[in-house]
Amino acid sequence: MFKSLKIRIAITVTVCLAALYFLIPTFITNVPSSWSQYLPKEKIHLGLDLQGGMHLVLEIDTEKALEAFMERTSNNLKESLMDTKVRFRNLEKAKEATISLELTDSAGKAALENVLRDQYPDLEIASTTPREGGQLVNLKIKDKRAIELKKLTVEHSLETIRNRVDQFGIAEPEIIPEGDNRILIQLPGIKDPERAKNLIGKTALLEFKVVDEENSLDEALRGNIPEGDIIAYGTREDKSTGQRGQVPYLLKNKTLLTGASLETAKVQIADRFGDPTVSLKFNSQGSIDFDRITGENVRKKLAIVLDGVVHSAPVIQERISGGQAQITGTFTMDEARDLAIVLRAGALPAPVNILEERTVGPSLGSDSIRQGIMATIIGTLLVIFFMIIYYRLSGGIADIALIINIVLVLGVLAAFRATLTLPGIAGMLLTVGVAVDANILIFERIREELRTGKTIRLALETGYNRAFMTIIDTHITGIVAAVFLIMFGTGPIKGFAVTTIIGLLASLFTAVFVTRVIFDYIIWNYNIKKLSI
Amino acid sequence: MSMELIKPGIHLDFVGKMKYAIIFSVILTIIAIGSVIFHRGLNLGIDFAGGSVIQVKFQKEVSADQIRTALKSTKLENSTIQQFGVNEFLIRTHESFNDQKILAANLEQPLTSAFNKDYEIRRVEVVGSKVGADFQRKAVFAVILSWIAMLIYITWRFEFRYAVGGIIALVHDVLILIGTVSILNMEFTISILAAIFFIIGFSINDTIVVLDRVRENVKLNPKQKLGDIINMSVNQTLSRTILTSLTVFLTVLALYIFGGAVIHDLAFSLLVGVVFGTYSSVFISCPIVLLFENMQISKMKRKK
Repeated sequence: MFKSLKIRIAITVTVCLAALYFLIPTFITNVPSSWSQYLPKEKIHLGLDLQGGMHLVLEIDTEKALEAFMERTSNNLKESLMDTKVRFRNLEKAKEATISLELTDSAGKAALENVLRDQYPDLEIASTTPREGGQLVNLKIKDKRAIELKKLTVEHSLETIRNRVDQFGIAEPEIIPEGDNRILIQLPGIKDPERAKNLIGKTALLEFKVVDEENSLDEALRGNIPEGDIIAYGTREDKSTGQRGQVPYLLKNKTLLTGASLETAKVQIADRFGDPTVSLKFNSQGSIDFDRITGENVRKKLAIVLDGVVHSAPVIQERISGGQAQITGTFTMDEARDLAIVLRAGALPAPVNILEERTVGPSLGSDSIRQGIMATIIGTLLVIFFMIIYYRLSGGIADIALIINIVLVLGVLAAFRATLTLPGIAGMLLTVGVAVDANILIFERIREELRTGKTIRLALETGYNRAFMTIIDTHITGIVAAVFLIMFGTGPIKGFAVTTIIGLLASLFTAVFVTRVIFDYIIWNYNIKKLSI
Repeated sequence: MSMELIKPGIHLDFVGKMKYAIIFSVILTIIAIGSVIFHRGLNLGIDFAGGSVIQVKFQKEVSADQIRTALKSTKLENSTIQQFGVNEFLIRTHESFNDQKILAANLEQPLTSAFNKDYEIRRVEVVGSKVGADFQRKAVFAVILSWIAMLIYITWRFEFRYAVGGIIALVHDVLILIGTVSILNMEFTISILAAIFFIIGFSINDTIVVLDRVRENVKLNPKQKLGDIINMSVNQTLSRTILTSLTVFLTVLALYIFGGAVIHDLAFSLLVGVVFGTYSSVFISCPIVLLFENMQISKMKRKK
């Protein structure tokens, strides 16, 4: 391929230097700052099994997002139909993501179709059943649009979670979408996993609703909830006993304003007890809305509802201009800080379920890392000694190739931000084995050729050529299998496959190309009578 | 003088012994499958079956029974408790605890009341059963597809019978490892899965080296009987086979001895895999190639 020895040496040196370059951040911690701008930033990422930290797999309940969308749409549709004077009754969001209504006019269906076509292109009529004095219509969202909406929900959730994690200040988080509706989150070295989990998994839907004081709360609690109302609960702490109890509220279901209208949220120590509160600032449209809402509801109570829980329901004393509000409650400082973060980052468009959760304490992580590294070093040293004892100088050459191989794999892992896990170590071991095997294959062939009385140069040439096809076949078979593991496997399976592929490619380079360069260099520069093999 | 484990010109009769090897392997495979059936499937870890694993380290000596007593009448009552290093234990249950509060009530409070604060929870892993089932399906799927991919590649590079020989050899190795895991009642975890991948890679590498020699020798001596060629090839590659296996075995042994509790299962499975991977490339893949040859010859005879 490359006949000139100089070119081959240059290639070898360049590749090695490139790998070392990417490994600088991993092995040298205090690089002078004047240099660091020219250096890569990425260390080798260690998986949680090796390093400690937290690993979460979340599932986004996209069905719920779809239902929420239909709920909103049903409210809008009600108004649109009234505006266009279509006669209907019992319009409501039915089970799953459908809307049902009864048309009470024979001409109703055509009118409904018009409204749908002009204003609700996402909806279509799923079924109609004739009823006494009209017909029952079921509406559903178009399939294509439903898929789009679900995809958007996942993307939106991903972004929201990224924002939250960024603001929480965790170093080197990994947030990766998995499959259709899953998100994988890795937070290395985290100290308080429970708090992180709450921060990430909270829907954080902030709503402002008016408290219904015209109807009786007691009556509603007995089951007679007035139309358009809901019951929500808040917690109250008894200052004297410190016990927390539940307090019911009767609220108008209509949401006047949501967290989407916020510009920012921050923690303030507002009252004289030193209790933290979260102060909200609305964006420009939100400020206008809030001004109007407070103006229309003076002397009424406005409930601040977070994920269905009433945080407070202060009385609106006067119209509030300027777009500022506060959430008070019984927060600890951390709770208030986390609430401000989730409000700033925005609500999740759908609830999330935690499917998988792993937390590995930092002490365990460092234990397994220390032992793992030591075992790997001992194992590699054994191989190195073995090769030198058995193959003498040639063994030493193979050892150099082996060390370069390990450096290359680590360098590529660092450059591509791949994560090294326990299965990854198995993959590296496999490639070390295969790389050593490649050299043993070559050396045994060379010995065979030498036995037939060939000169050193010719024996080397034939030995390498004969072993070459075997080595290519073993390596490519391994790579083919690993590619399939990457295509169809997840997490740990991929971890194994990625390191295996990198390792096999590196082994092809080091065991075949690099060792040959060294042999050729020695033979061309020193007059060797007998090959030490 | 260079060092030689195997003297050149060695001529051991491998083909003659293959009959016994096949019988030996069939018996081992039956035992392996039998053990899995007898144990009603594998003892799947939480990654595959869902559930929770909690690793606790105590500051002073504690027995598994003491822990079990402490956890009596909590949700962890029926969990398995296994020693894992010095004063360190794994508590396993098939329930998935997603809520820290439940975990605190069922683990931390009872442990604290029994052992004071002299312990540290070092690891909590919770996997939902849906994720576990998903992962199980994906792992099996990925492994089988990788086999098919190798079958196609080797058929293209060599011949179909070589490919079949290679794949059957590695399926044999995987079955024996699974059997070993089952007989020792080890938990089937990600580590074991990683070991299976390793063995697949190692076994196929070894087989290809031997079969590659067979192919080469077939070309050089087209008249010779395949049985003799296989014997010659195995003998020619014997030195390499033993050397390679020895180096890999040494590395894995170091991992087994020094790698610590986390790597222990992985290293053990790798040791089993290296031994059988080496054995199968000589004693399983070669006879299968030979078997195909005999079948073809008898077919040709019938045609005439």
